[in-house]
Amino acid sequence: MSALTIEGLNVWFGEGREHVFAVRDLSLDVEEGASYGLVGESGSGKSTVLRAITGLVPTWRGSMSVMGEALGVGRTPAFYKTVQMVFQDPYASLHPRHTVDQVLSEVLKLHGFRDIDARIDQLLVDVGLGPGYRFRYPHQLSGGQRQRVAIARALAPDPRILLLDEPTSALDVSVQAEILNLLTDLRARHGLTYLMVSHDLGVVGHICERIAVMQSGEIVETLGVEEMRRLEAKHPYTQHLLDSSLRSARG
Amino acid sequence: MTPLLDVQNLSVKFPTRGGIAEVVRGISFTLGKERLGIVGESGSGKSMTGRAILRLIRKPGQVTADRMRMGEVDLLAASEKQMRAIRGSHISMIMQDPKFSLNPVMSVGQQIVEALRAHDRRTSKVAAQTRAIEMLDAVAIRDPERVMTLYPHEVSGGMGQRIMIAMMLIPDPEILIADEPTSALDVSVQLQVLEIMDKLVRERGMGLIFISHDLNLVANFCDRVAVMYAGRIVEVCEAGRLHEAVHPYTVGLLNSVPNLQNPRPRLEVLKRDPAWRDAPSVVASS
Repeated sequence: MSALTIEGLNVWFGEGREHVFAVRDLSLDVEEGASYGLVGESGSGKSTVLRAITGLVPTWRGSMSVMGEALGVGRTPAFYKTVQMVFQDPYASLHPRHTVDQVLSEVLKLHGFRDIDARIDQLLVDVGLGPGYRFRYPHQLSGGQRQRVAIARALAPDPRILLLDEPTSALDVSVQAEILNLLTDLRARHGLTYLMVSHDLGVVGHICERIAVMQSGEIVETLGVEEMRRLEAKHPYTQHLLDSSLRSARG
Repeated sequence: MTPLLDVQNLSVKFPTRGGIAEVVRGISFTLGKERLGIVGESGSGKSMTGRAILRLIRKPGQVTADRMRMGEVDLLAASEKQMRAIRGSHISMIMQDPKFSLNPVMSVGQQIVEALRAHDRRTSKVAAQTRAIEMLDAVAIRDPERVMTLYPHEVSGGMGQRIMIAMMLIPDPEILIADEPTSALDVSVQLQVLEIMDKLVRERGMGLIFISHDLNLVANFCDRVAVMYAGRIVEVCEAGRLHEAVHPYTVGLLNSVPNLQNPRPRLEVLKRDPAWRDAPSVVASS
């Protein structure tokens, strides 16, 4: 079954002379349990796709469906129980004056859970922090620990699909490795579906099985991770991305 | 030959509520006409090292060193007035994000001309204008006359960083400190900007200190690499031999990067040894 299907998605911003299409005629299909990557440079519209799915951008046309259910203009609580998002910058995405406990219990309350206490402890164990971090404020946590809290918050409603918007680009490589391992483990343990946005082909290649390359709002090519490793890209832009990524990674 | 820069036992300390935080702990290095890379994670003290050289650390921060000389000039003893003459015209610094380091209310041209004329009053406005255009051309900006009239918000990130490079190189400094010059840029633009910087640094025979968290990038664009951990240099090696590095921290950093060509089911996670912190700093002299 498809976890996420998008057909003919257009997203635009502004009116009149300012009118611009951020995403043009985009279609993709993510199987349940799969991990799908969107790559492209800044401004290519990859984050906008995630924002349109979560309902953060109202100006879109096309059809999107999650677990077989079509999405309209608004989003229901049931949608947010199925789909959750992890944002790029853990320094900006956590409320600076809320403790970890407040952050997580708010989500759990919103979704009508009763055993909040036990769930918070379990979530913190799941993301490798442990209950000892429960009453800390974000400024008492490192970047990697904050991103673990952000992931715990996304996991709180027990979602089926996680949208990951450059979850490690604000972190050091050593911390990035820990978070990527955590994401791999969580997916295996909870049978999650991932849609990940990144500009780092190494990261996408590590997490995702299928990759769509975006340029100026359009998908120019989709390829499997094996094809990408064998550098079998057909579109010149994908070749250029692969080339620059390999050259910056090796001598 | 006297090195361009000679630093002995440099320390940077900040008093905090919890006692004194020593962010750079007695590092020594020299820089000739070469490209020296300083790598480490956030908080390893690499940016503070760059700032300390330019004496850009404000009170209550304290900078101490046994020696910090640029050629024959003692940077520790220089007055603030002398330092102002050194910054820009002898040692210049490219910061991380062009969005925050370009003046948003001045056109690109005005800023470059200002950078040049601040250090060389004799250059006429017309001559400065011409040199600014030449410089923009040198950093591969198409249609430099038009770009001169643009404001920073009208240019892309990659273009902004090339403008920064133009501005920092136009007074012809001997030493360039580049602090994460491309980490705010896309991979596809990153290389282009680095190649331009690299070419200009080599053509002009400058010394480059390239500060970055990206080991592989540094290895590609430097001659020597110093790896910093907790305010100390734990290992120095030739850039081309980075893969022969022996310190477990360097090896750990190299292995934690996901590699497209050599996939692994799990990435290696650094196991930090408290002994790394206490080991004496390695001297990075050429």
